[in-house]
Amino acid sequence: MPMSPTNPPLLTRKELDAQLGGAARAWLDEALAEAEHAAAHQDTEQPGGPYAAPPWELRYAAAGRHAGLEHADSVRALLLIEARATLPALTRLYEQGTAAERRAVLLTLHRLDLGPTALPLVEDALRTNDTRLIAAAVGPYAATHLEAHNWRHAVLKCLFTGVGVEAVDGLARRARGDAELARMLGDFAAERIAAGRDVPADLTRVLELTTPGAAAPTEES
Amino acid sequence: MRIFDPHIHMTSRTTDDYQAMYDAGVRALVEPSFWLGQPRTSPASFFDYFDALLGWEPFRAAQYGIAHHCTLALNPKEANDPRCTPVLDALPRYLVKDSVVAVGEIGYDSMTPAEDTALATQLQLAADHGLPALVHTPHRDKLAGLHRTIDVVRESHLPPERVLLDHLNETTVKDARDSGCWAGFSIYPDTKMDEDRMIAILRIYGTEKILVNSAADWGRSDPLKTRKVGDAMLAAGFGDDDVDKVLWRNPVEFYGQSGRLQLGIATPEPLHEGNSILRGGE
Repeated sequence: MPMSPTNPPLLTRKELDAQLGGAARAWLDEALAEAEHAAAHQDTEQPGGPYAAPPWELRYAAAGRHAGLEHADSVRALLLIEARATLPALTRLYEQGTAAERRAVLLTLHRLDLGPTALPLVEDALRTNDTRLIAAAVGPYAATHLEAHNWRHAVLKCLFTGVGVEAVDGLARRARGDAELARMLGDFAAERIAAGRDVPADLTRVLELTTPGAAAPTEES
Repeated sequence: MRIFDPHIHMTSRTTDDYQAMYDAGVRALVEPSFWLGQPRTSPASFFDYFDALLGWEPFRAAQYGIAHHCTLALNPKEANDPRCTPVLDALPRYLVKDSVVAVGEIGYDSMTPAEDTALATQLQLAADHGLPALVHTPHRDKLAGLHRTIDVVRESHLPPERVLLDHLNETTVKDARDSGCWAGFSIYPDTKMDEDRMIAILRIYGTEKILVNSAADWGRSDPLKTRKVGDAMLAAGFGDDDVDKVLWRNPVEFYGQSGRLQLGIATPEPLHEGNSILRGGE
């Protein structure tokens, strides 16, 4: 089976508090207080140089070792929301971030008031071959804002790189009646067959979703 | 045999190497930032390199069941190029990253004043960030370079037990051990150290605070030298516990001082024809 990174659900503050130990919980309290402070003083406090970072951004970097790698995405998402991170801050955190930090930015975009302005970050992630980033890039934000050509290529890239298409938010809604996506999938399948290679099982599934009359899904995939 | 290679430059190696290392027992490694052979001309190319050590390279390693950490620094050679030294100003934002377990490689190349400054500055950065330091000892004028290195470490705020002096050999091991620092040995096909000489050193100095690495890079080198030392130790009468101490517990203890080691990768994720490391669609 292909490697199939998925995006586990992000935990709420309450859920995190129930799972974190005392020291990690205290660390999170302080980190969120710093993020809240940054949100309240967004207009007056600017970074003091090209490499300077406000305290909450240092917490953002250190989330894995203080809250555990398994909780890092959730903690980083909470920090971004609490800090009401703006596009410049998100771009800085993404561009200067580890793969894990970039991933958390991507997973949180739809929960911030950004409109389509953060699409360059999504497009950057879709250019990588890192399946953790690709899976995070095809979430709800891309479902809402990514234009048709790039969205189709994102779906195809998932099939190429073994990212399970369950990671693609709004897949059934956007695929329905998409004749161009159907053509791309058909060509990809033909290429695989010509090479004597398997056609990914997910391809058939997505191809079925492109049928114009496909039944409306009861739940977004 | 479980192996932690505490110094290897995987960006210069292939996926075949990752597979062979896994098969030989390598389950964790540290990749120090260093000189790429071709001199850099701006801080931006350092940043792309650091990003790769924090992004793509750990992803490649994980697909072969190997935990990847890194050490970041301005290397001794490029510390002499004023086009590169602004990297020192940007290091603090990198040293807070979760998978950075030391400042390194720092140290001397030609023992210039610029290298003095970079070494002292980066030892202080290590102290400020609660990190140990990986210190390269020079290829030329090695013993004098070691003495000067030890002097700078003594003047720094970093205690010797948080310093690893690397690329040691028969002429430098005694003074390095007397300094209280950890002692690293790079095993190479032709130069630096070989397996038999390493065994002789282990017989004299024991296994405490000694690390063995392949330091494999873009030059003639062998990423399986750690395993070959383990085999040579067993053949020479050392026990399994001695091998485990040198090849696993010692590097875990040294880099564990950072509080950032994550050795949780137990089994490789399945490799597949659609795997992204095959560039997609190949």
